[in-house]
Amino acid sequence: MSLLPWTIYLSLAGAVLALAAGRRSPAAARWAALGTAAGAWVLALAGAARFVPGAGLQTLADAAWIPGLGVRYHLAADGISLTLLVLTGLAATAGVLFSWNVSERAGEFFALFLTLVAGVYGVFLSADALLFFVFYEVAIVPKYFLIANWGSTNREYGAMKLALYSFAGSSMVLAGLLWVYAAGGGHGFGFAELAQAAASLSRHQQIVIFAFVFFGFATLAGIFPLHTWAPTGHVAAPTAASMLLAGVVMKLGAYGCLRVALPLSPVGFAYWHATIGWLAVVGIVYAGLVALMQEDLKFVIGYSSVSHMGFVLLGIAAATPQAVSGAVLQMFSHGVIAGLLFAVVGRMVYDRTHTRRLADLRAMPLYRLLPFAAAVFVIAGVASMGLPGFSGFPAELSILIGAWRTVPAWAAVAALGVVVAAAFTLRAIALGFFGRQEAPASPGAAGAHAQAIHLEPITLAEKAGALLLVGATVLVGLKPDLLLDWINPALQSPLLQAAMKAVAP
Amino acid sequence: MNPSYQDLFLALLPETLLLAGALLALGLDLTVFRRRSAGQRLRLALAVAALAVVAAGLAACLGARGPVFGGVLVLDRFAVATRVAVLVLTLLALGVAWGASVPGQPAEYVAVVLFAATGLILMAAAQQLLLAFLSLELASLSLYVLAGFDRKRPESAEAALKYFLFGAMAAAFLLFGFSLVYGVTGSIELPRIAEEISLRGPDPLLMVAIVMVLVAFGFKVAAAPFHLWAPDVYQGAPATSAALIASASKLAGFTLFGRLLWTGFRGAAGPAGSLAGGAGWIPVLAVMALASLLLGNFAALAQSNLRRLLAYSAIAHAGALLLGVISMGQSGPAPLFYYASTYGLATVGAFGVIAAAERGGRCQDIADLAGLHRRSPLLAACLTVYVLSLAGIPPLAGFVGKLAVFSAALHLGGIACPAGLLAILAIALSAVALYYYLIVLKQALVAAPAAGAGRIAVAPVTALALLAAAGLIVWFGVDPQQLLGLL
Repeated sequence: MSLLPWTIYLSLAGAVLALAAGRRSPAAARWAALGTAAGAWVLALAGAARFVPGAGLQTLADAAWIPGLGVRYHLAADGISLTLLVLTGLAATAGVLFSWNVSERAGEFFALFLTLVAGVYGVFLSADALLFFVFYEVAIVPKYFLIANWGSTNREYGAMKLALYSFAGSSMVLAGLLWVYAAGGGHGFGFAELAQAAASLSRHQQIVIFAFVFFGFATLAGIFPLHTWAPTGHVAAPTAASMLLAGVVMKLGAYGCLRVALPLSPVGFAYWHATIGWLAVVGIVYAGLVALMQEDLKFVIGYSSVSHMGFVLLGIAAATPQAVSGAVLQMFSHGVIAGLLFAVVGRMVYDRTHTRRLADLRAMPLYRLLPFAAAVFVIAGVASMGLPGFSGFPAELSILIGAWRTVPAWAAVAALGVVVAAAFTLRAIALGFFGRQEAPASPGAAGAHAQAIHLEPITLAEKAGALLLVGATVLVGLKPDLLLDWINPALQSPLLQAAMKAVAP
Repeated sequence: MNPSYQDLFLALLPETLLLAGALLALGLDLTVFRRRSAGQRLRLALAVAALAVVAAGLAACLGARGPVFGGVLVLDRFAVATRVAVLVLTLLALGVAWGASVPGQPAEYVAVVLFAATGLILMAAAQQLLLAFLSLELASLSLYVLAGFDRKRPESAEAALKYFLFGAMAAAFLLFGFSLVYGVTGSIELPRIAEEISLRGPDPLLMVAIVMVLVAFGFKVAAAPFHLWAPDVYQGAPATSAALIASASKLAGFTLFGRLLWTGFRGAAGPAGSLAGGAGWIPVLAVMALASLLLGNFAALAQSNLRRLLAYSAIAHAGALLLGVISMGQSGPAPLFYYASTYGLATVGAFGVIAAAERGGRCQDIADLAGLHRRSPLLAACLTVYVLSLAGIPPLAGFVGKLAVFSAALHLGGIACPAGLLAILAIALSAVALYYYLIVLKQALVAAPAAGAGRIAVAPVTALALLAAAGLIVWFGVDPQQLLGLL
């Protein structure tokens, strides 16, 4: 088990290594990044293989960090964190494979990328709220530079918006945490300690604190109406960063809601859970409808991420064991599928065609020019719609069943969102990949047109990355028990049980 | 208590060493090195000064503890820690000056820096009104000279004049306040004053006196509404002088006034833990903190000049530090000291980067930093550490400073007390602050260099000083107990 903390250290070491290797050549930086990302993933998998799911939250490292403030360096893992650790390793490895063509300042690119990954691993392993927060912030800053430096469309705007939303959210979290910490006498930031301290406060204060912490985290999870950073940020980001942002970083927010906010104050959760549920449901449908109207293929994916993250928040709000385990499964599933979609759109298509406008793509028919990309996109799209056989199906199904048990209307409206998701996904597939080549106005123009859209073939690195992600979604789709066997015992933790009981119908 | 001159000499050994170093630097410059080039003279003076500072630092570390000379000076942990930190910051400022173009007479510049440091380390230990005033004036007068040292640039003269006029006004208030305190309590020793206040209870005249002291305090640490000098001085002064003004002087100021208020005027503090009315200086400090936080953060948003931006960010940080002063009565000086000293490291570094970048051309506007990552990766990397620390991003020291100060402020009475509310506000404003800090970093790390902007050569000693500052910020951020545990 003690292998897991090394995911953090290895990623950080990889960042330094990539920076140093980047001074030599971009290729060296790439290989260094691939080696450490894959190495960290292997560590996560090896840790998972030795994991005993029934044992609850298992401490991996625990030492005093800032004794004066009672902060501990406490790392621990349970089934939920393990699921997300494996996802992080997968997304990071695939992300490096899909950034194989980064050559400008490659060392710095991969150093920032791996720092972000290290922060993400740290968040998923933290069992001390302040340590959690520290890693959470470590993950924010590299995002800004990744987007501002290596991004595309409107990148400086998208990067700043994303950084400010993330930081505003994390400020709310910090304010709430410090408030509770001070109320508890300043002894420590352990989750149980904080919950105890919060319980000593008045109901009104608990409600405000819960709102600070929950909505602070939920901002990063893309809760409606605080989601607007997500589409612009995802679109502006370079492919690997989009994959990591949509795939993993949005999960940090949802994970924070689940791991920190819910246990902090069951009273506050009971007050807010109806609001959260409705916001989630509205987000699912609204973002789906917006995705249906987009002209830019990457914006379709960006809004679809918000819609799919709505399911995660809905599962958390519903707070039945089935819904919450569905939410965690959906985090994994969306992490893989969104990564795949962004990889196809950002790397396979945009880097070759230099356009993402559906109208332009329609004129190319990509299914002929890039059959591999079209096939992968169809698979990812189908998975994203929640068809059986892919990971989205068991996840969304158990969220909907769980939500039905709490508030049937949520499930009804969210089910509408599934239909909308099918609509915008099919539209994106049809327009983006299976358009019709327009009849040439004159024979000469047609020749020029065909020449202009000669595209370089899909590289081996892209194929490898795509196969990894497709394999993961199919594997989990066919055998969700692989993850559910980890997740379900973790829901038995007293802290989560208290939160679930507080809103039990 | 019988004053012993031997004890006094031992306690003042750091000051003595600094003065000896200053005189030696001047003397060597006038005699042996008279005919050498300006660069050589500067480096010799800096080397002598650095030795003096290191010796003074060792003397301060290893020297006497406890009240000295009948309690005129007190060398408690807080004082010693501040003295050492001031000397470290001075050493870094000297290292920055090594590669910078110091105008005019280099040896005199270095000597004045040492005089300023002498005043600052005396401030850190003063426990008597007279000594407090004298040390403050010694430091301030030296800093005025440093601000105006670049005689060829009118901005430098303007900065010095503004600094001097505001400073003289503040000194007048301080002296008036001190004389009233003496009139009311009949003593200039802080412990005696405290006894007297606790016997008499709050007294209107005493309140007037304390408010006057607070005016001088606000000026010294650039807290709103006494901040007006800061943007102009930061902008006009030579970068190496600004580095000292923004860092060491602020730390010593907070130590002096924190001690003054809590040791001397504790009886008139007023309510710390509630919003309920009650006269005292804590509500006044809370208002100053509120004004500084709001004005500093929002005015910084509008800046296009890098140094003015740093000045407004300094005002915002002063607001946060005032919360540290308010909570010092309950939580002790550790959060305040940690915040002020690590803030000093970051600003010394930031001005050091500006000073180093000036060798490669103009460095006034934020846009002048464009392409710093190409022009000098070292400067860009160091600047990133400083700016992120100022923004309070973990795991850098700036984050732990905020954490310590804000949790101490919240500890006073949760959000039922003004300090707690201000802490929540300050956390919210840190999201605003991130915007302007990211603007700076965007230029340095993302933007392409302007046409014709070449590489910047950084002198090795300066590089060492900048790396040391960045390294300390990272070290104290990762292992904050090293610093928090000192007090």
